[in-house]
Amino acid sequence: MTTKRTFHAAVLAAAALAFTVAQAATLRWSSQGDVTTMDPHANNEGFTNGFLDQIYETLVTRGKTLAIEPSLATSWERVNPTTTRFKLRPNVKFHDGTPFSADDVVFSFQRALADTSNYKTYLAGVKEARKVDDLTVDVITEGPAPVLLPQLTEVRIMSRAWCTAHNVTKPQDYRNKEETYAVRNANGTGPYMLKSREADVKTVAVANPGWWGKREGNVDEMVYMPIKSDSTRLSALLSGEIDFVLDPPVQDLPRLKENKSVKVVEGMENRTIFFGMDQARDELLYSNVKGKNPFKDARVRQAMQLAIDTAAIQKQVMRGLSVPTAVMFAPQVDGYPKDLDHPVKPDVARAKKLLADAGYPQGFEVTLDCPNNRYVNDEKICVAAAAMLAKINVKVRVNAMPRAMWGPKTQNRDTSMYMLGWGVPTFDSQYALQSLIRTHVPKTADGDYNLGGYSNPKVDEAVDKLKTEVDPAKRARLAREASEIHMKDVGHIPLHFQMIPWAMRANVSVIHRADNRLTVKWVRVQ
Amino acid sequence: MTAFVLRRLLQALLVMFVVGFIAFALFNFVGDPVSLMLPPEATEADRAAMRAMLGLDQPFYAQFATFLANAMHGNFGISLRLGRPVADLILERLPATLELSFIATLIGLAAGIPLGVYTALKPNSWLSRFLLAASLVGVSLPNFLIGIFLILIFAVWLGWLPSFGRGDVVHLGWWTTGFLTVSGLKALILPSITLGFFPLTIVMRLVRAEMLEVLRTDYVKFARARGLTERAINFHHALKNTLVPVITIVGLQLGGIIAFAIITETVFQWPGMGLLFVQAIQFADIPIMAAYLCLVGLIFVVINLAVDLLYVVVDPRLRVERPAGAH
Repeated sequence: MTTKRTFHAAVLAAAALAFTVAQAATLRWSSQGDVTTMDPHANNEGFTNGFLDQIYETLVTRGKTLAIEPSLATSWERVNPTTTRFKLRPNVKFHDGTPFSADDVVFSFQRALADTSNYKTYLAGVKEARKVDDLTVDVITEGPAPVLLPQLTEVRIMSRAWCTAHNVTKPQDYRNKEETYAVRNANGTGPYMLKSREADVKTVAVANPGWWGKREGNVDEMVYMPIKSDSTRLSALLSGEIDFVLDPPVQDLPRLKENKSVKVVEGMENRTIFFGMDQARDELLYSNVKGKNPFKDARVRQAMQLAIDTAAIQKQVMRGLSVPTAVMFAPQVDGYPKDLDHPVKPDVARAKKLLADAGYPQGFEVTLDCPNNRYVNDEKICVAAAAMLAKINVKVRVNAMPRAMWGPKTQNRDTSMYMLGWGVPTFDSQYALQSLIRTHVPKTADGDYNLGGYSNPKVDEAVDKLKTEVDPAKRARLAREASEIHMKDVGHIPLHFQMIPWAMRANVSVIHRADNRLTVKWVRVQ
Repeated sequence: MTAFVLRRLLQALLVMFVVGFIAFALFNFVGDPVSLMLPPEATEADRAAMRAMLGLDQPFYAQFATFLANAMHGNFGISLRLGRPVADLILERLPATLELSFIATLIGLAAGIPLGVYTALKPNSWLSRFLLAASLVGVSLPNFLIGIFLILIFAVWLGWLPSFGRGDVVHLGWWTTGFLTVSGLKALILPSITLGFFPLTIVMRLVRAEMLEVLRTDYVKFARARGLTERAINFHHALKNTLVPVITIVGLQLGGIIAFAIITETVFQWPGMGLLFVQAIQFADIPIMAAYLCLVGLIFVVINLAVDLLYVVVDPRLRVERPAGAH
């Protein structure tokens, strides 16, 4: 009898334990800025996109390894070179209870393509979505569109009925001085439903009981509270007022790691930090060299690269939170040429000789335009590189400025040397190669971020083939070819891939994503 | 009197105009919001279209003229960062800033005056010396550092008080208040001490200096000779006479407290106007910055005007010449 009772008690205890473990939890999390809007086609900004992924869904999405997975579409096939047919998931409902169908997909594509939308770039090459039946949609593209699926991971689907009812069939137009309904309200199909929103204070979302998928985590309520000040954000984590911080300040990580009540999860971001040099102008805008442009000479560019010790930057500036590289896009990206990626070993003597051969034995002066609030340790990296370049008598004046100024200055090509970090949301090499190293063609995506005007016809040829090639093996070969030529030319000076640390209470487990997005449906709070 | 008020009002308007004009001239240097609103991969055409849509392709004086014309109609535009009307955003944040500033001023007065009296009456006690030394620290220590220390001690180590935010608020019409909830009151403690520290030290030192001055005067000596109690002399006769300059300074400080709540609000993520402004700067959110600067200009102008008018009311000498002409 006693044993039996003990047994019962044990079962009960176990059940209670299992219950507490599986118990629904609240996740309170923070980063420095707020989501700017709830409208999924209004402000194409990384953090906002990541946040809206909890509420809105897309036809296809990225899984834990960032591979493309079905979401609102269950399957797809290429019917002909310009048509991809998507079968839609049946029995899906929006948060307001209206059923999801092909009409909503057609509508959302139109909305994302509207002139006030900031998401047109994700539908570049897409003509329209055409309804075949209630659960089938054809996406019509201008060409073979090899990166259609990655693009569609950012085209969030809204309800046509809801948008019509609330007069938000188009994203916000800033010329109308009115707030639109979709800015503070949301109606998606995703695992979480927006409950309340107070900008810069608190945004609350609760689990969607009617969601079609299975949440692997146990968070039934998430509370997002932005905290701008680094030290306060960390204090709030240490005091237990919040459970998760997306962007802990790098200098505090060693201290955090010693604290038993919190933990730090690190992963590599698919972002490459590099320097670019103006190779297009006949005379640099910001240099003491007059009448010619030293960066037009590949030997000078090579000397610059040989002077910069990426391993030292990793150790001294990044405190280990970076992976030095020699290529322009990260290992998670399709087409990454692993065999080419050997970071260049610094060699000051050879660098000096190359400079002398090029006609600059005394070195020269140049200004480096650098952001100071955009990338991890951005300004410090520039200062460190300037000190290294001083060893070969290249005097670099670091012009560090906030993102809002550095962005337009460099994008207008008003620069002689600049720092840039390039992430690849499509996880496909074409995105990086076309923007960064293909010859610039104004008003197109070709070389739109090739801000120093690097140009090599062979690279252009390979990149142009990439645009229409659909075979993955051939695409990888083309990406490798373009990367190799660019590397020999020293078109840019790649520094490293940046690591992103996330900090959380010890009882929180998350899945780290290289695109720096927290997926709440996978989070467990014990 | 009316002419005086009208003249001051005209001057105030001119000040506001100049503030707005200079602000717009400076906006050229805060950067380009378009680069933050559009993804990096946006084409030049996209950016140009966006710039035109926001009117940023116009020279600053044209932007200023548009702003003025719209502001006359009570329209301050839409925040580029949050996509909501600027007037709504500022009205939403106003209660948070005003409540914080009010409590900070209260702390400054409630603690500053007694401490000032004490240090004046017992100038040689060790506590007075300590308080004076501490007040020097208070004047010279930057605001955010005090805030960070307080957070470290009371939120992280002791866990008594929240490190950020405003707690739960109660809506009273358009006003939100943190005075009516426990979490709201708890959240108020650290930020208001941080913000109130500077006025506290100023008030304390001012009261002390004035008290020392007054205690030397003949009427205090006479009061003592009459055999009045120390208590009556110190608080009834001496303190009363020190309060006039104190009130003037506190009145002027109030504008400063509201305007400089920016730093305290940033440290504590206090959802007031200052935090809104700081975030606007980072995003180059011009409509918010313009409206905020004009509002702060207005607050200063109104307070100065009120102080000027009070002087006329309080100080008979300023009124003497006028009746002569009027009659």
